Amino acid sequence: MATETLIWLLPLPPLLAFFLIVVFTNQNKGLSHTLAVGAVALSWLGSMMVFVRALGVEHLGEHPFEMSFPWLPTGETWLRIGVLVDPLGAATLFFVAWTILMIFLYSIGYHNYGQPAGDHDHPGLPPHGATVTDERGHKHVVPSVEPMYSRFFAFLGLFAFGMYLLVVSDNLLTFFVGWEIMGLCSYLLIGFWYGKPSARDAAVKAFMTTRIGDMFMLIGIAFLYSATGTLTFREIFTEKVLHALEATPTPILGLSAAGLIAVLLFIGTIGKSAQWPLHVWLPDAMEGPTPVSAMIHAATMVSAGVYAVLRMFPLLSLDSGAMAIVTFIGTFTALFAATIAVAQNDIKRVLAYSTISQLGFMIAALGIGAYVAAAFHLITHAFFKALLFLGSGSVIHGMEHGVLHTGNHHMDPQDMFNMGGLRKRMPITFWTFLIGGFALAGFPLVTAGFWSKDEILADAWAHHHYIVFITLAVAAFLTAFYTMRQITLVFLGEPRTEEARHAQETPWTMTIPLIVLSVFAVGYGWVGIPEKFPLIGGLLPNWFHDFVGHTLPEVPKAPEFSWVPLLTSFGVALGGLLLGWLVYRNVKSPAEDPLQLPVLKNKWYFDEAYGFLFVRPSYWLAEVLVYRWIDQSVIDGILHFSAQATQWLGDRIRYYIDVWIVNGFGDLVGYGTQKAGRKMTPIQTGRIQQYMISAILAFLLVSVVLFIFFQMAA
Amino acid sequence: MDVLSLPLLSLILFVPSIAALVMLFFPAQQVKLIRWTAFLSSLIPFGLSLVLWFNFDPNQPGHQFVEKYVWYEAIGSSVHLGVDGLSLTMVLLTTLLTPLAILASFSITDRVKAYMILFLFLETGMLGVFLALDLLIFFVFWEIGLVPMYFLINQWGSANRNYASIKFMIYTMAGSLGLLLGIQLLGVLFRTFDLQIIVTEWNNVEGLLLGLPVETVKRVIFWAFVVAFAIKVPVWPFHTWLPDAHTEAPTAGSMILAGVLLKLGAYGFLRLVLPLYPQQAQEYAGALAFLAVAAIVFGAFAAYGQTDFKRLVAYSSVNHMGFVLLGIAAAAKATGTLDANIALNGAVLQMFNHGLSAAGMFFLVGVIYERAHTRNLKDFGGIFPIVPVYGSILIFTSMASLGLPGLAGFVSEFLVVRGAWPILTVYTAVAMLGLLFTGAYVLKAIREVLHGPLNEHWAHGDHRLSDIYPREVLVMAPLMVLLLWIGVYPVWILDVINKAMNMLF
Repeated sequence: MATETLIWLLPLPPLLAFFLIVVFTNQNKGLSHTLAVGAVALSWLGSMMVFVRALGVEHLGEHPFEMSFPWLPTGETWLRIGVLVDPLGAATLFFVAWTILMIFLYSIGYHNYGQPAGDHDHPGLPPHGATVTDERGHKHVVPSVEPMYSRFFAFLGLFAFGMYLLVVSDNLLTFFVGWEIMGLCSYLLIGFWYGKPSARDAAVKAFMTTRIGDMFMLIGIAFLYSATGTLTFREIFTEKVLHALEATPTPILGLSAAGLIAVLLFIGTIGKSAQWPLHVWLPDAMEGPTPVSAMIHAATMVSAGVYAVLRMFPLLSLDSGAMAIVTFIGTFTALFAATIAVAQNDIKRVLAYSTISQLGFMIAALGIGAYVAAAFHLITHAFFKALLFLGSGSVIHGMEHGVLHTGNHHMDPQDMFNMGGLRKRMPITFWTFLIGGFALAGFPLVTAGFWSKDEILADAWAHHHYIVFITLAVAAFLTAFYTMRQITLVFLGEPRTEEARHAQETPWTMTIPLIVLSVFAVGYGWVGIPEKFPLIGGLLPNWFHDFVGHTLPEVPKAPEFSWVPLLTSFGVALGGLLLGWLVYRNVKSPAEDPLQLPVLKNKWYFDEAYGFLFVRPSYWLAEVLVYRWIDQSVIDGILHFSAQATQWLGDRIRYYIDVWIVNGFGDLVGYGTQKAGRKMTPIQTGRIQQYMISAILAFLLVSVVLFIFFQMAA
Repeated sequence: MDVLSLPLLSLILFVPSIAALVMLFFPAQQVKLIRWTAFLSSLIPFGLSLVLWFNFDPNQPGHQFVEKYVWYEAIGSSVHLGVDGLSLTMVLLTTLLTPLAILASFSITDRVKAYMILFLFLETGMLGVFLALDLLIFFVFWEIGLVPMYFLINQWGSANRNYASIKFMIYTMAGSLGLLLGIQLLGVLFRTFDLQIIVTEWNNVEGLLLGLPVETVKRVIFWAFVVAFAIKVPVWPFHTWLPDAHTEAPTAGSMILAGVLLKLGAYGFLRLVLPLYPQQAQEYAGALAFLAVAAIVFGAFAAYGQTDFKRLVAYSSVNHMGFVLLGIAAAAKATGTLDANIALNGAVLQMFNHGLSAAGMFFLVGVIYERAHTRNLKDFGGIFPIVPVYGSILIFTSMASLGLPGLAGFVSEFLVVRGAWPILTVYTAVAMLGLLFTGAYVLKAIREVLHGPLNEHWAHGDHRLSDIYPREVLVMAPLMVLLLWIGVYPVWILDVINKAMNMLF
């Protein structure tokens, strides 16, 4: 099959699975997950084929796989849409395919496939367990299967479709379609257990917050389309078009058209990749089932935001003002989110904030022009963060076992202070989580996270962005610190609750993905080792830099080697890990935790501030100002007034003209005649003599009048 | 027999009325017979519209399938019918929605005969407006449509129906007054009401008219036309009849109101205002854009502020139709440019798409209202597990209404935004605020109706809600298929619209 055709087909199987599950197999759990997993396995296979073929093409950057067809008629011309796989696309496709497949597989176990239906479960709430009786008549409570199992796989399928579509798009329009479909899916999946008010609200929050960014992005797309007449990446990124955009000034912030468009599109990324100030939705998104968190935070949605900036990099890099904005947002977010992460107790929330922080690293890297480093960190992060989320899901699952055993449903199985000592109960989860955590912390040399994070720091140092360098180094230190805090609280020491004591390792459908992902969390770093690195540099070629760098017409140079960033990377990673272990190895409860500061626990009060500044005013604007005042009081008031005025006028017309004049005249004639008649009745006596006298008198009178008349006439 | 040799447009126009006249002689107790006759006879115009659609040549300028019959020779008015890409799209929408609305009305049990007869007359009224090429005929049908709708609201509506129906009737008629005077003036001036003749000659009139400069007269009539159509669309601030009328109307009435009647106003802008008053439209494009953006933003806010499900959906129409006017304003300002062409494509497609999604939304509100006898959002919440199929369909349709990429609304809204951006940049940017709140009110509806802890009240006993019936799914299915189809592959309809807009403006 032609590679281009193959690329076209990549997004389709999960979409098909979505429709088939929704319409046909939603009652059959086994069939549903077979369809879904089979579909993404197909997409995975296709992606690997495309990836391998992409490796075999020389100068893929100049001659990527691409194919398009006309989609929207616009006057005499057409808007074309199509697919594109260039080096960046191929590298992205690789990690997307792997993580998505692992997440799908993991979901089978996570939602307790094969377990009995719950005693009191109903759709919209997480399963609560089922009672079974064994041969000896003992009753046990075991995990029960998710009541909306099929629906979950359908949504996941649609999500995967959105991501594949976005990755293979050769234009911003289908890119945006995939982007928004993922937005919908994250809404549906975060609110999967819609029966929980917290999940329901988190879903709306996620959708609305990202929609703010999306509106700016839509404007950016419209702007770009009007300015260039095309939305196809490779048509925009031509010398002529870019130059024209760069030369056009705009009245906003002194940015060029190129810069303004890039910033508008970047605001979309701020929403999607949960950068400050639109970061608030992501921690709440932890309300969704854990595979969703992995899907959103690693494989897909947040990665899509960074991928968007990578895609638009040729445009962005034209304007230093726009680059400065991007750098600031990324750097600030990296540190800001890390400070919150150190004070969270929910195992998933720590990871959520670490995601925001790591995405900040990538955005900052793009802002300072470290294109390849950003792409590298995007991919390594996707692997180890997917691993960590799935690992945390496994931990929660294990803890839920403990909860079912003790029957204490008031215990929060996600609170790290309820855990401890899980390394013995859940060894596979422990070791894989350790690998993921160390990768996140940037444990030197071994883990992928070290290589990618080091490259960002090296780039910042080499290009003299010292503030960025220091901020990111501090953030990296905090990252290592809270990661070790998490590992220590969850796995090390002794169990702090009865539930933790009875936690259980999860089934193979969940542990296999962990193992596979931990291979990448380590191994993927080796494809991007800088050539000048002491001792081991050059043993393996720096394939990543060479490959992805060729996406750009001008291949960016790898930063000069320097000991400063290297030692910094070593120092912050090892120092953070060590400090985390030292502080938390003996902590038993939140009360003993020195970092439970209210300002950090409450995330710098952003939710409260936004509620006060935006959410409540919107309610007021909608309900009071626009509806009650403008519509009901002013506009309808005018209408009702004019209706009443008309009625009043009608009344007056009736009263003064109709009743008085018209009716009055008619009445005058009628009643007057009647009255006159009545007045005359006395002369109607009925006596002939009187009538005769009247007749004679009248005759005389008339005769006299006639006589006088004729006399005068003569 | 060759279908194309038939007077297709007259058939489409009058078959519903003829069926209605025949049904007058049906016994009123034969409810089933009446329902099915109404439904099947409304399918005939739909079938014929499909014939039109497939035999229509989008590359040919001017009107096709033209028919002309003598009507009022003395004053130069004739029954002159014809379709171009613009009216054909609207005819297709009307003939598609009417059978669905009639099918949706199968749950009506009160005076079925009168109801169905009114509905069929209503269809003729609406189609007449789209098909007319004669101003007087246009006006006659414009007014005829009001009467059945007035009775549908007034007789089959809910609690506040008297107020709503009178507001609807008087408001629209008040708007038509200026329109009628304007049409009269044109008729007297040119001794004909034929639209094509008037359009060419009117633009060449110079000097004095009625003792005033032509420009002044044109400005006055321009606004008379604009107000008439703006009330119908409805454009802010002429919109307050809409939430009342839509909320009180019976379900199928709301479907048609939102689906087709609002389009009459927008159609008036495109068919009459822009061709007859190009200079004035250009001169006042800013004002039109302001009103459009006001409709988009205030419509979205007002929808967000509702506690009544149906009122929320009603206000969403104000929000969505604002985009139609924004596209029209952009086109008025920069006639003949590519941007204007794109904006108009978006506006017309938005008319069609809104017809589908609004009709769907009103129907879904009706479905739940029929079961629960309440529309108050506070009474719902947590009914998703009780009515899973209904819930899924509601989410799908809501997303279409929200303009989710991949569904129809996105294509048209994107085109309007894209077209309007270079022409009316600031207005378009402000409109985004409305688009943001479109998301807010749609999610609010889903959140308040479906999501939340299981609602015990609706889960058990007498109150137990039954899931959507197959008949109701049948009403929704064509709408959903079209919403998806246009969202994924809009060429089949957009090509016709695009060519028409290209040739018209």
